[in-house]
Amino acid sequence: MASSLKNPDRTGWAFALPGTVLILTFIVIPFFFAFALSMTNQRLISPNPTEYVGLKNYRDLLGLAVVTLEPERDDSGAVVIDDDGEIVYPRLRTITRSDDYPQYRGMREWFRWQSGEDARIVIASDVVFMKALVNTLLFVLVVAPVQGGLALVLALLINQRLRGINIFRTIYFMPVVVSIVVVSLLWRFIYDGSDGLLNNVLSWITFGAFQPVDWLGNTETALGAIMAMSIWQAVGFHMVIWLSGLQTISPTLYEAAAIEGASKWQTFRYVTWPGLRHTAVLVLIVITMQAFALFAQIDVMTSGGPLDSTQTVVFQAVERGYGKQDISGGSTISVILFVIVLTISLIQRYLTREK
Amino acid sequence: MADLRLKGLRKSYGSAEVIRGVDIDIEDGEFVVFVGPSGCGKSTLLRMIAGLEDITSGTLEIGGKRVNDAQPKERGVAMVFQSYAIFPHMSVRENMAFGLTIAGASKAEKEQKVAEAARILQMEHLLDRRPSQLSGGQRQRVAIGRAITRNPSVFLFDEPLSNLDAALRMDMRMEIGKLHSQLDTTMIYVTHDQVEAMTLADKIVVLKDGEVMQIGSPMELYHNPANLFVAGFLGAPSMNFLQVDVLDVQGEEAKVSNPSLEPIVVKTAGRPIEAGHKATLGVRPQHLRVSETGQLHGNVTLAERLGSETVADLRLDDGSKLIAAFAEDKILDVGQRLSLDFDSDAAHLFPVDG
Ligand SMILES: Nc1ncnc2c1ncn2[C@@H]1O[C@H](COP(=O)(O)OP(=O)(O)OP(=O)(O)O)[C@@H](O)[C@H]1O
Ligand SMILES: [Mg+2]
Repeated sequence: MASSLKNPDRTGWAFALPGTVLILTFIVIPFFFAFALSMTNQRLISPNPTEYVGLKNYRDLLGLAVVTLEPERDDSGAVVIDDDGEIVYPRLRTITRSDDYPQYRGMREWFRWQSGEDARIVIASDVVFMKALVNTLLFVLVVAPVQGGLALVLALLINQRLRGINIFRTIYFMPVVVSIVVVSLLWRFIYDGSDGLLNNVLSWITFGAFQPVDWLGNTETALGAIMAMSIWQAVGFHMVIWLSGLQTISPTLYEAAAIEGASKWQTFRYVTWPGLRHTAVLVLIVITMQAFALFAQIDVMTSGGPLDSTQTVVFQAVERGYGKQDISGGSTISVILFVIVLTISLIQRYLTREK
Repeated sequence: MADLRLKGLRKSYGSAEVIRGVDIDIEDGEFVVFVGPSGCGKSTLLRMIAGLEDITSGTLEIGGKRVNDAQPKERGVAMVFQSYAIFPHMSVRENMAFGLTIAGASKAEKEQKVAEAARILQMEHLLDRRPSQLSGGQRQRVAIGRAITRNPSVFLFDEPLSNLDAALRMDMRMEIGKLHSQLDTTMIYVTHDQVEAMTLADKIVVLKDGEVMQIGSPMELYHNPANLFVAGFLGAPSMNFLQVDVLDVQGEEAKVSNPSLEPIVVKTAGRPIEAGHKATLGVRPQHLRVSETGQLHGNVTLAERLGSETVADLRLDDGSKLIAAFAEDKILDVGQRLSLDFDSDAAHLFPVDG
């Protein structure tokens, strides 16, 4: 023991070993596995041998194209209008199943818009994945600023010397300690369409004028409902990070600002916020990464529905890999997610760097 | 006009009273120094003036107006903190212009005021630096600059120099003195360094346990301390206190002695001294001279030669200790017997309890 302590290098490595082994086994090696599998056609259980397929999985997921459909015309060359007054177009399969366009084969319509007489259609190899990607990005774009901002407001409110303030601290932190699965189950009752708490409360405060909404069963509201619940659940965690940041700011700076005549807002702008720079970077990156990993809420509350309106990237990865036993597809999604998160984190680091 | 009136100011934290009825009048343009031992309430009193601490009772007037409940910004005060309290993410220029930025001053006005303050503090070359690129003294200068640009009616300093090394402290002390004569603004300065107090102050307020012990000019306090505490607090090395027996009191004079002191007549300065009781005789180390005919007798236990001065510790015949400071380089041997003489006019006689 004594001799190994004299050799700081070896002792250091010995201490680092358990952690390194765990990280290697459960993070680094699986990542390279995923990367390798994403280049094959590996399935969970399959009689066929695994083959190398190159970037096919990526093409199958990310393939996107815009096609133009010209309206149907009658013999005189006039545009055909249906009974509702809408222009009639040929069916999309005239393109996606045509041998004239082998590159579009198997692709499906994602969305379309009108351009003059023509219809422009965005077709994707994997429409569900595209929806998942958009939903996830939307989730991150809403949750990161709202959750971070709300957590900061709570932290500012709680960072005061008042009697009983610890009770609020505990209350705000409580949802963080409860498992997200349990929270999701509870919120399913809250969001219930017929007799949910939310509908009841809304109808009570509007004296019955409010018509019940099936929050999770409606494509318009499902993703929003999950966002709201997710923001609520983890806001306490980020509040605690902000609090620790707030407590590193010297009280004398606040006193100096008060003597110089700073208003509440000016104090925040010139003292608090600059003092929270590093905390802000941390909170932003952590929320972004957590938001991209959105899974449990979806799995418990909606399973991606209704009509794929709450599909997310991680949910798709799990669904493919295990639900459909398509290990290579799931791996490909994981790798794509990794690249997206890495890119965004690097951009955030760059934008918030010390000038 | 920015004169201050503190009337019966009190401050309690719960049941602990830290300021116990303080009355001080400060005239416009005066440099007032609060001194006292650690924990006596100097900072608390200053922060009550600044508006950073509530006033439990009493009144505080600045410029004739009662400001007990006014916000700090409404009091027209600027404060310089011991820990500088400059904003780390702002340049020196932005720091100095902070009060003006808050007040929404124009860019031109800020430029002009900052330039002027920088000139006064001789720090024009530092304006574009960040606080992390400054030395302690320079940081404190930024803090003082921030106070100057706002043109306050009262400057408050809370031990602004105590984080600086001795040489720098002396420089900055002189600069603050110069600043006061240039700006001619009321300044209140908290310190526990009596050299700062003696050199800077027009008026010194000596505090102890939240109470004023004496208020007066530095020389008044030095030559006529009102009580034992002030006598012992000002002057270095501090005043010697000898326990003496009062043999006789004649009007304003008392004859005192003890086993190592031959009877001597000193002034009572109106204090309640009674014959047959004990009293405390205070003699400054600097007032002692070696003399064949001296009234005090003892042996040297330690001699420190400082070049310009020699400080001797003596053990008197009755076993008590005495410090003597001779204004010359003197060679004294440990154990050497000395007889010391002092001018009875320079001695102070206090009742035993102060
Ligand atoms: N927030 C507080 N709660 C309770 N007691 C306090 C508080 N702040 C200060 N005190 C007490 O008030 C007394 C005066 O404190 P203050 O800071 O004014 O001393 P000071 O004279 O400035 O001392 P120093 O020279 O060490 O700075 C101290 O005994 C201190 O313990
Ligand atoms: Mg203090």
